[in-house]
Amino acid sequence: MVQNIIDVRNLSKSFDISSKEPGLKGTIKHFFRRQTKSLKVIKDISFEIKEGEIVGFLGANGAGKTTILKMLCGLIYPSEGSILVSGYIPFRRKENFLKNITLIMGQKQQLIWDLPPIESFYLNASIYDLDKFEAKKRIKKLSEMLEIDEELFIPVRKLSLGQRMKSELLAALIHEPNILFLDEPTLGLDINAQRNLRKFLQKYNKETNATICLTSHYMKDITSLCKRVICVHEGAISYDGKLDLLLKKLSPVKEILIVCRSEEDAIKLEKSGFTVKNKIKNEITIKIENNSITSSLKTILNNFDIEDLFINEPPIDEVIGKVLIKKDYDI
Amino acid sequence: MNLRKYLKVYKKFLHTSLASELEYKTNILVDLITAILSLVGSIFLLSIFFQNNGYIGGWKFEQALIIQAIYTILNGITNTWFNPNLTEIVKHIREGTLDFVLLKPIDSQFFISLKKINPSGFLEIMLGFFLLIFCIRINQINLNLSFLSQSLITISCSICILYSLWFFISTTTIWFVKTWNAIEVLRSFLYIGRFPLNSFSFSLRVFFSIIIPIAFITTIPSEVFLGLSQLWKILLEVIVASVFLITSRKFWLFALKFYTSASS
Repeated sequence: MVQNIIDVRNLSKSFDISSKEPGLKGTIKHFFRRQTKSLKVIKDISFEIKEGEIVGFLGANGAGKTTILKMLCGLIYPSEGSILVSGYIPFRRKENFLKNITLIMGQKQQLIWDLPPIESFYLNASIYDLDKFEAKKRIKKLSEMLEIDEELFIPVRKLSLGQRMKSELLAALIHEPNILFLDEPTLGLDINAQRNLRKFLQKYNKETNATICLTSHYMKDITSLCKRVICVHEGAISYDGKLDLLLKKLSPVKEILIVCRSEEDAIKLEKSGFTVKNKIKNEITIKIENNSITSSLKTILNNFDIEDLFINEPPIDEVIGKVLIKKDYDI
Repeated sequence: MNLRKYLKVYKKFLHTSLASELEYKTNILVDLITAILSLVGSIFLLSIFFQNNGYIGGWKFEQALIIQAIYTILNGITNTWFNPNLTEIVKHIREGTLDFVLLKPIDSQFFISLKKINPSGFLEIMLGFFLLIFCIRINQINLNLSFLSQSLITISCSICILYSLWFFISTTTIWFVKTWNAIEVLRSFLYIGRFPLNSFSFSLRVFFSIIIPIAFITTIPSEVFLGLSQLWKILLEVIVASVFLITSRKFWLFALKFYTSASS
């Protein structure tokens, strides 16, 4: 049986936030008498993650995804509740815990700006107490997986964003962690760079059985990497489960465009009891529930003279967008 | 603590920061020229003070030069280690890159205090030592084991006090986010350390001994060089340095509990 590697119970986090009225008067008032209020950004959440799982955290900006990741890796002290990651309490930041995890942030970098990435890799290797031979071996293996070679010897400031991100990944993985926390790792990357990064993460997960917790606003990252998603809405979990179940729940019908041989066939089909979205000459678009697609299509093909048909999936961004504004999904 | 690992990491720190600095040759050259001109300017200023009056606060010009030499060494240490690293703490906290430091299996205070060096500060340290050797000759100071150990202890304590004060102020960034001004005030106080403590009024002497212990930083080591120091003063400096060092360490660990990281 696969064990839970992350166990979160009744976790909450509050921050003191100061607010300021607009204008000069507001600025002066803010300077002398700052008004702060406690804001609960994470509200009593609980979940477990099994070893080797890739879990996507979904939510609108400010929903609390990054705060959850930062509490999981021990950067932020929780206000209430408990977290166990790989058997450790993250905030204690024990050496063995830190050797097991890594955090990659798409919008922040740890590489030394003026030097080639290889220098940062060897610095990290010394921090993780790796000898030169072992470090060299790991750099070679990871650079092959990430398909980078000459870039390792070019100053970071001269690398493209994609090349820099690959180097960031290598720097963050040199100690072969078994839990990866990724906060928008594909931010700002072009389509090819995004795809390569996803390919690498899949391969890394497959080869090392590493657990990956990922936040991203690019739905392709989530759909191609994560079987399970945790949706966060205003600091609370609105859905925790399989991604395909969520998609089925959110888009229970598919649209099918049917091109009939003649307009008469289209009229016959229009009157046959299917939910019709629209009809233009011999082309008719009907809506069919996901669970009756096979039987409905069989009926249509047997009873009508069909030239062609197209099954349209609703755009994933549109479907997931619904999650970001809704509070609860019970499946 | 694994000393071998920390030495290995420090060697890497030295290597990477030297390599980073050497990427910009002109900048290094300008820094070196600034260090030389700054020392020449300071000695010139000191000589003006002593021009009409042979003594200030009971110190002769040749004796006051010792304070200048110690100040130059400490300023060199400040520019080599404290300035590039401790000012960076503010940036780390404002931009949230402290996250990467805290997630490394290494002491975070060690990392942020020693990661960078500014090689041009080395020249200042060397100039300070040359000036100190010159002062030892013109003041006819007798070099013996007791003198060497006392001067080494007091200078080491001065470095610890200076580091702790600076680190303490930088740590407050976790709450106040911007503390550049406080660091500038500290640096301004350090300039005062170029002059003998006796040259100030009683109230200022109390302020610079108790509130901001600048007096401990330069005056006590200088008194050792002139054979004017008393044992209780040296012991007091050791105690002050230990208290400052321990307090700054505890304060850092306490402050980290309030670190909220920057938003993404």
